[in-house]
Amino acid sequence: MTIEARNLSFRYGDKPVLKEVSFALTSGGFHALLGPNGAGKSTLFGLLTRLLALQQGDVLMAGQSLKKQPAEAMRNIGVVFQQNALDLDLTVRQNLLYHAALHGLSRQAARVRGDRELTRFQLLERANEPVRKLNGGHRRRVEIARALLHEPSLLLLDEPTVGLDVASRRELNDHVRTLCDSDGLTVLWATHLIEEIRPEDRVLILHEGKLLADGAGHDICEAEGTRDLAETFHTLTGAG
Amino acid sequence: MKAAHYWHCFVGIQTREWLRFWQQRTRFASALVRPLLWLVVFAAGFRAVLGISIIPPYQTYITYETYIAPGLCGMIILFNSMQGALSMVYDRELGSMRVLLMSPLPRPFLLVTKLLAMGIVSVGQVYVFLLLALLVDVEPPAWGYLVVLPALILTSLMLGALGLLIATWIKQLENFAGVMNFVIFPMFFMSSALYPLWRMNEASPWLYWICQFNPFTHAVEAIRFSLYLEWNPMAYGITATVTLVLSLLATAGFRPQRTKILATSKPA
Repeated sequence: MTIEARNLSFRYGDKPVLKEVSFALTSGGFHALLGPNGAGKSTLFGLLTRLLALQQGDVLMAGQSLKKQPAEAMRNIGVVFQQNALDLDLTVRQNLLYHAALHGLSRQAARVRGDRELTRFQLLERANEPVRKLNGGHRRRVEIARALLHEPSLLLLDEPTVGLDVASRRELNDHVRTLCDSDGLTVLWATHLIEEIRPEDRVLILHEGKLLADGAGHDICEAEGTRDLAETFHTLTGAG
Repeated sequence: MKAAHYWHCFVGIQTREWLRFWQQRTRFASALVRPLLWLVVFAAGFRAVLGISIIPPYQTYITYETYIAPGLCGMIILFNSMQGALSMVYDRELGSMRVLLMSPLPRPFLLVTKLLAMGIVSVGQVYVFLLLALLVDVEPPAWGYLVVLPALILTSLMLGALGLLIATWIKQLENFAGVMNFVIFPMFFMSSALYPLWRMNEASPWLYWICQFNPFTHAVEAIRFSLYLEWNPMAYGITATVTLVLSLLATAGFRPQRTKILATSKPA
C-alpha cells in the first residue's frame, strides 16, 4: 500500500511541532524515522493514527484521505505505541481477542488469526499466561502480533525498543524486517537509535519538526559527504 | 462497517470489562465496604435522630436504612463511574484508551459501549449490596430488583459520561482526590440520597433548590421509585435527558481535535 503524507504541519498552541512535512512510503518497504527526542516523531505518529487531528495537510493511504475517509484509512494501519498498551492482568490471548473485537472480527476468526500470529512469533505456548509474566521483549512481540491481527498494510512502530536490552532490540528489529519480506508489509519504524538502521534502509530524518533528509541511508551519507549515518545525523541535527 | 462488526466490538468491550473485574475482584469487594458502613453504622446512628414520614414511593413508615439504601446504590455507581472514567483518560489506562481509539468504528459508539461496560460491572456491585442490605431488613418487593435495572444502567451511563467529561475538559481535577472533593461529595450530599428533600426544604430553601437541580437526586429517585415498583416519570425523564446531553458532550471530547492528552507520551 502506498502512503503519502502531504505538507503536514502541526502546532500545540503557539508552538509549531511539525513544519510542512511531506514524504511517501514505498509499499512493502522498511522505513526508519530517525530523530532526536522532541523532533516531532510522536506527533507525526499521533497524526497518522488519528489521535491528533490534522491541522494542515493530509495523509493518503492507498489513495484514501485520512481527513475524508478516516475509518477506511484506519483499517489499514497497525500501531505499536512507545509505551506499553497491553492489559497486563489479562492473558496474551485475551489481549489479542480484545483488539480483534475492536476491529469488528468475530471471536472465531480472531482466535484463528491470533493463534497464527502467536505461532509466527513463537509465543503460542504462552497464549494463556498473563502478559505481566512476560519479559519486555516478549511483550513487544505480543504488541506487534496484536497490531497485525486485522491484517493492516502499514505497521507503525513508535520507538518500539525502548527499555529492551541489546539482544532483544536486535531480535525485534530483525523480526519486523522479515514481515516486510514475507507479508509485503510497509513499516515505519521511529527511533533515535542509529544502530537500528541499516545503510540500505530508507531513512527519514526529522529534526525540530522539519524533514531534513529522505532517502536510502547510504545515499544520504553520500550527499552529505559523511562516513556513516551517525556522522550524518550529527551533522544535520547537532545531536548524536 | 456492518452491524456484525459493531456487535463483535460491543461484545469484545463488555468481555474485557468483566475479565478485568474478575482480575480485580478483591478491589471491587473492598469498594462495597464504604456503602455498607454507611448502611450499617451511619444509618444506625441517624435512625434515632431522623424520623421519616410516609412519603412516596413508600406505603408505610420505613426505617432510615430503607430510606438510604437507594441513595447508597447511587453512591456505588457514583464512585465507580468517576474512578473508571478518570482512569480511562489518565495514566492507568492511557495505553488501553489508545488501543480503543485505534478501532475504525466511530468513537461515540466505542466510548458509550465502554461506559456501558463499566456501568454494568457497577450494577453487578449494586446487586451484591442490595443482597447484603437484606441483612438489615431493607426488603424491597422481589420484582423491584428487576424493575430497578434500567434505572441503575441509566444512572451508571449518566455518571460515567459526567466522569469522562470532567476528565477530558477540566485539567485541574486530574486526580481522584480533587474529583472526590469537588464532584462526588457535593453531588452525594446535595441530593436526596441521605435525607428527603422536604426536610432539606425545611432547613434551607436554597439548598433544596440546589438538590433539585442536581441530576444525582433524580437518578437516586428513579432508583428508589423503581425499586418499590412505582413509576416516577420526572426522575426518569431528567436522568435520561441529562445522560443524553452528557454523553454527547463527553464523546465530543474525544474528537481527534481534543485528544492531545492521548497522543503525547505524558498526560498533558
